[in-house]
Amino acid sequence: MTVAEPLDLLKQNLDEKIFVKLSGYREMVGKLHGYDSHCNIVLGDAVETIYSLTEEEGKLTSEQKNHTLVFIRGDSVILVTDGENL
Amino acid sequence: MLFFSFFKTLVDQEITVELKNDIQIVGTLLSVDQYLNLKLDNIQVDTEKYPQFLALKSIFLRGTNIRYIHLNPSTVDTNLLQDASRREAMASAGEKIAGR
Repeated sequence: MTVAEPLDLLKQNLDEKIFVKLSGYREMVGKLHGYDSHCNIVLGDAVETIYSLTEEEGKLTSEQKNHTLVFIRGDSVILVTDGENL
Repeated sequence: MLFFSFFKTLVDQEITVELKNDIQIVGTLLSVDQYLNLKLDNIQVDTEKYPQFLALKSIFLRGTNIRYIHLNPSTVDTNLLQDASRREAMASAGEKIAGR
């Protein structure tokens, strides 16, 4: 199957694990259940990672959150890639 | 229009909306429009942190402020949603071929 247009990548990954990079130093990995042309995305069994810097030392820290089923509004999506071999 | 139809099926269900300013709002979905603006009823917010919500029961949310909407898996048929996504992708590809 070829990728004729960019959104075909999402189509091919339906029911597969994907990695989504989001604005606000966030990332989400989960199973793709739905998407549309705005890059609105529905993920199942998703793990969200939020990165931040500690105030005093400026060290990179991350926090993880689990979501059983989550709708992500497309305007915060930066990139999407396949999430199997992370 | 896929997610507009999708959220119409979730009317009267309880959802949790996370806004871009980190506020989390739990409420019953009253209605939704094509911009994914939402009307929520019987809202619950952490009012210790956000006392401005204390007096509010029913709210209109502009769609652009939404970051995530957390859904209850028992209210969603994920297979149906996957099929609908494929169908919408086919439909928009067809429009391009037809030159519309």
